[in-house]
This record gives sequence, C-alpha cells and structure tokens, in this order.
Amino acid sequence: MKFVDEFRDASLGRAVAAEILSLVEPGRHYKVMEVCGGHTHSIYKYGVDDLLPANVELVHGPGCPVCVIPMGRVDDGIAIARQPGVIFTCFGDMMRVPGSEGSLLEAKAAGADVRMVYSPLDALRIAKQNPDREVVFFAIGFETTAPSTALTLKRAKAEGVANFSCICSHVTIVPPLRALLESPDLRLDGFIGPGHVATVVGARPFEFIPADYGKPLVVAGFEPLDILQSIVMILRQLAEGRREVENQYARVVPYDGNLRALEVLGEVFELRPHFEWRGLGFISHSGLRLSEAYAELDAELRFEVPGVRVADPKACQCGEVLKGVIKPWECKVFGTACTPERPIGTCMVSSEGACAAYYNFGRFAREREVV
Amino acid sequence: MAEPATVSAREERILGIIETARGKRPKFRDERITMAHGAGGKATQSLIEGLFLPALGDGALAELADAGAISIDGVELAMTTDCYVVRPLRFPGGSIGDLAVNGTVNDLAVSGARPLALSLSLVLEEGLAADELRSEVEAISAAAKAAGVEVITGDTKVVERGHADGMYVCTTGVGRRDRRARLSPAGIRPGDRILLSGSIGEHGMAIMLARGEFDLDASIESDTASLWPAVDVLLDAGGEGVHCLRDATRGGVASVLNELARASSVAMLVREGAIPVQPAVAGAAEILGIDPMYVANEGKLVAFVAADRADEVLEALRGAPGCEQASEIGEVRTEPPGMVLVETSFGGRRVMDQLVGDPLPRIC
Repeated sequence: MKFVDEFRDASLGRAVAAEILSLVEPGRHYKVMEVCGGHTHSIYKYGVDDLLPANVELVHGPGCPVCVIPMGRVDDGIAIARQPGVIFTCFGDMMRVPGSEGSLLEAKAAGADVRMVYSPLDALRIAKQNPDREVVFFAIGFETTAPSTALTLKRAKAEGVANFSCICSHVTIVPPLRALLESPDLRLDGFIGPGHVATVVGARPFEFIPADYGKPLVVAGFEPLDILQSIVMILRQLAEGRREVENQYARVVPYDGNLRALEVLGEVFELRPHFEWRGLGFISHSGLRLSEAYAELDAELRFEVPGVRVADPKACQCGEVLKGVIKPWECKVFGTACTPERPIGTCMVSSEGACAAYYNFGRFAREREVV
Repeated sequence: MAEPATVSAREERILGIIETARGKRPKFRDERITMAHGAGGKATQSLIEGLFLPALGDGALAELADAGAISIDGVELAMTTDCYVVRPLRFPGGSIGDLAVNGTVNDLAVSGARPLALSLSLVLEEGLAADELRSEVEAISAAAKAAGVEVITGDTKVVERGHADGMYVCTTGVGRRDRRARLSPAGIRPGDRILLSGSIGEHGMAIMLARGEFDLDASIESDTASLWPAVDVLLDAGGEGVHCLRDATRGGVASVLNELARASSVAMLVREGAIPVQPAVAGAAEILGIDPMYVANEGKLVAFVAADRADEVLEALRGAPGCEQASEIGEVRTEPPGMVLVETSFGGRRVMDQLVGDPLPRIC
C-alpha cells in the first residue's frame, strides 16, 4: 500500500535498530513504556521488540482502553443490554472483556441484542432505524475516541433522537500516568507517548513527565519505523542528559492538540471525581461522564444499573506488572486463577497484555526477555 | 528480592504448570454456546476436544482429520461432512451452493481422496424465493460438474420464517483414497517446506464486505473452487514427498498452521513477506484491523513437502488452475514445539497464535 509502506521498510528498520544499538550504554538496562495499546499492537504485529538489543525492554502501559474497563462497569453494560427492547452497541473488542458474570459476547448468546459497531455514529443510525427500541452505546476509549462520541451525542441531541443514549466510560490518559509515576517502586526510564491521544490533546499535557518526574517522553506514530525512531529519541535524551517532551509524530500531532475537538469534549463531558481502572484501582479525575446539558442522553440515568463495584481479586498485581516491578509469573494468581480464558487483570485481558503474552508464549517469551 | 537461583526455579515451576495445563485436552466448561464456538479457534477446539471426542472419539474420529477413513474389502474410502450457513447467500465470486460443493470436495481432496459422490440436504426457510433456490441448485449442479462429483442422494426440510437465514445446506462427500497419497499430520517432519497454493483472505473478506456492515467498497471476490486439480498435481509431482495437506478455511492459514504444529509437536516458521495477499484484501484488512492470516479461504491449501522435493513440487503446483501465485511460505522446525513463529516483513519475529474466538475488530 502506498503511503504506509515507507514506514514499514525492513532495511530502514535495520538501520534504525543499529542506531539504537550504538546509543545504549553497555551493561545498562533500559525500560521504556509504550503507553498506548495501539503501540503495543504494532510492536507485536511487526515484531519490533525483536529488533531491539537485549537490554532495551519495552513495557506495555495502561493505554488499552478496552482492557482497563473494570468488571463492575461491564456488569452495568450487560444489565442494560439484558433489558427488553434494548439494542446494545459497542466496539468489537469490548465484547470479550469479562464482567463478574461473563462478557457481552456471552450476554449476546443468552439472548441480549448486542451489536458491534465501528463508530458511535453507526449506533445513532441504528437508533434512527429502530425508533421503537432503546439503543445504547457503550462509549469507551481515551481522548482519541471521545470526540467522536461527543459529536454523536451533539447530533443526537440536535436531531432529538429520543431512543438513543450512552454509557460513558471514556477515560483520560494523564491521571493514570501520574499515578504510575507517583509510585516509589517505578522502574521506567522513559515513555513512548500516545500518538493518537496526542492528536487531540497535543503534546503539551505530557510536559509534567520530564518536569516533575525527570523522564523523557516522545510522542510517537504507529508504524514500526515510528516506534523505533521514538526509541532512538528517548535513548538520545538519556545519553545527553536531556529530559523533555519530543514529538516524533509531528506529521499528525500539533503540539497544542486539536482545539476544536477539545472544545467539544468540554461541552459534552465533565470529569468524574473518581474512576475505577481494572488492575489499577480508583484514580481521581481519570474518567468522563456526560455533562449536565447532556444528562438526558446518559444511559446510567435512563436505566437501572447495578453500579456495584466488583473488586479485582486482591491477589491481582497488574499494577506492579505495569510499573515493571514484577514479572507476570511473579503475580500470585498468574496462570492459576488468572488465565487468558478467564482473565482477571488488564494485563491478561488483552491478548497483547504482558501476562497473556507470557502465558501463551511461555519459554519463547522468556528467551526474548533480558537478564 | 529472592535469591536469583530460587527465582528462576520458581519461574521454571510455573512455566511447567502452564505447559502441562496447555498440553491437556481442553475442557468444555461454558454455560452456553457463543459465536466463538463456531469460529474455529480455541473455543471451537474446547467444544470438539472437550465434548465431542470424549463421547464419540475412540475410533477414526479421534484423528480429527478433514475426512474420516474407512476401508471396505481393501478399498480405501474417505468420508466427510459439512454444514454451510452463510449470510448473504450470494456474494461476489460465489454463493452458498458453490461453497457446499467445493468445501466438502476440498476436505476429501486434502485427505488425498478423489471426490466421487455427494449427498445434499437443504434446510429452507418459509418464504424463500423460488428463484433464489433455483439459482442455488444451478450453482450446486455447476460446481459438482466442475469438481467431477455426482449428487447421489438428498433431503429437504422447510422451517418457519425467521429460522434459517434463507437456507442452510449440508453435504456429505465420499471419495476414494488416491494410491499416490501418504498424507497425515504425523508425516510432517522438521525441515519440511510449507507451500501455500495462492493468495489468502479473499473469501472471508468478500463475505465481510458483502454484509454491508462496513461502508467499504472493494472488488474482492471469494476464491471458492475445487482443490482436487491442485492436489492431483501435487501428488503427481511430489508423491510420498508430500507429507500433509490442509485447506485453509475458517480461521485462515494461521489456524491451520497452529493446529498442525500442535498435532505434530513441531514448530513452524513462516515468512510474512512470502505470503501472497491481493492489494484490495490487504487494504481492507488494514482498515478493519484484521490480520489476513486469520481470514477464511475456500480454495487455498497449505502443503508440507520434503525439502528436497519442494522446488519441483512448487513449480508444478503453479501450473494448477488458480495456483499461479503459489509460494513457499516457510518451513517446519523442532523448537519450540507446537508454536508457529512469523518473520514479519519488517524483520522482527513473533508468535502467530491461535485465535481465541471470532476475529473482532479492535479499537485500541
């Protein structure tokens, strides 16, 4: 395919990998977190980590919006989906995320009308086509997907689509990063910043990471060469003693973000005082809900939802795995209570999560790890 | 922090526990059937190995081959059966009638059996237009003629409106095992070359687009076709050097390779760059976030061929109809057993795992 093949060129990849090798200090171990689930996917898809020297380790961050939705909220979604007359819509990969009593996929098998959509606008279209049914959209995602939910809600309100509503589980990226960085046992040297989120919020909101915590962050694109180049930029900062926010993805990300999108977000959403993250617990001001002006479209107000917090089993140590404090196999429930078939924490829910990968690829995954 | 030796001993123990658990026959513990049980991945496997095999599988079924073997007075026959449920009934490149013939014929063909006869059962939905049925019967007739098989028995049932997506079709096929064929998963050896008969992902992608859920327009046609001509060529050129064949249907090439790697306790290394994918399929897959390796084909096979015969066999295969783009995509190795590794076009290496359920488009 034209326009992307250049960013997947194997010979350029080898050249950048050689540059990385020349930048690492022998004997020093580097841990770099890619914040965004999209990066994790690219790294996995192209085998990017395989091109890195053994002492540069990539740590998968908290940025998979599907995996961080806690059990209680999945339960709320399922409770609504089960009500008679409801068409429940969500993104494809949300359907497999387990609640305390199964997933949306299982609720569908038991008779609920659960449909996969590609965009919240598809959900709105379904609502217009089925005026006698209640159509609910399970809105998830970081600042990347929140604007499209916001625009859909604006349109639903303007067009008076009375049978449409939305369970808002949108989250914001900065609070969980700060929560990670606040941890005294954090072992990370730098961050690959979330390129898609940054197209909306810009690179500026990440300035606290070098300023307050002394770690470099490079906003990166999603092609394999983007990721390798961002690692070069992080290693160069470390080598030169610089700690700053750099923008590798400048072809898409304006430093100040998309002001129009931010304005719409501010109009439609407001911050929740707290939001629970699977595996990470409650984080203040990390989730969005519909603002007063859009309350009529809030499915949590329109329907009875259990709203029960289902605690992650105490033994789940996703937080520590994410911070790089422990390896997946060191978690108490790894491979016993928590498996890819019946996952507990975010690291096991996503097939690319650190725990799921380690479980599935076992010795092979370990060979690739560093000592 | 524990002392390093203890740590690695603990890790070793945990890896051992996981490997034992993974090696065991999967249990079927779900409370209901979900769509994942029909997707050909791990859930399907737990259904087959956890429910069907314990009850039925102490004979030929236990091999879980594409077709079962039965010998009658020295005549070796192969038998296979399949149900076809597809929406829409017609799609670019074919229809349910074509699939019902070719799918069953192909299960015989990759078992090394020349297809001879088919049964045909139809479950029709009340209200189905007679013209639709007529055109499917014509499609079945044409596909059977092309594949050289005869429909020798059949059955029809009609169910109430709303029950069968228009029509479901079941076919059972009988074939005679070809003398040249020595095919079985157990025949796969480290060092074998892996051949793929052509470009992948067309059928599954054509269906996905034909459903119209994605607002995507691309000219992608299903690859539904009989594979017997290709198998005939392979057996002629490779004889006993052809160790195993599989048609890469549901779950795609990735699922077939994983099944066989597990069944034969070997590793497979696949070169992504050697796998032919039509640009339209690659583009649609990119947009939808789906890997073509997991998308269904209805006229492609994977062949495991002894290394010293691979080149001539590939050359011959390219002469078979529809196999012009056949390619050597990788090789069989010993380590790590049961796993399929891919060398990506970008130059990295990763595990190509089995699917858990349906390939769901991803948001993150």
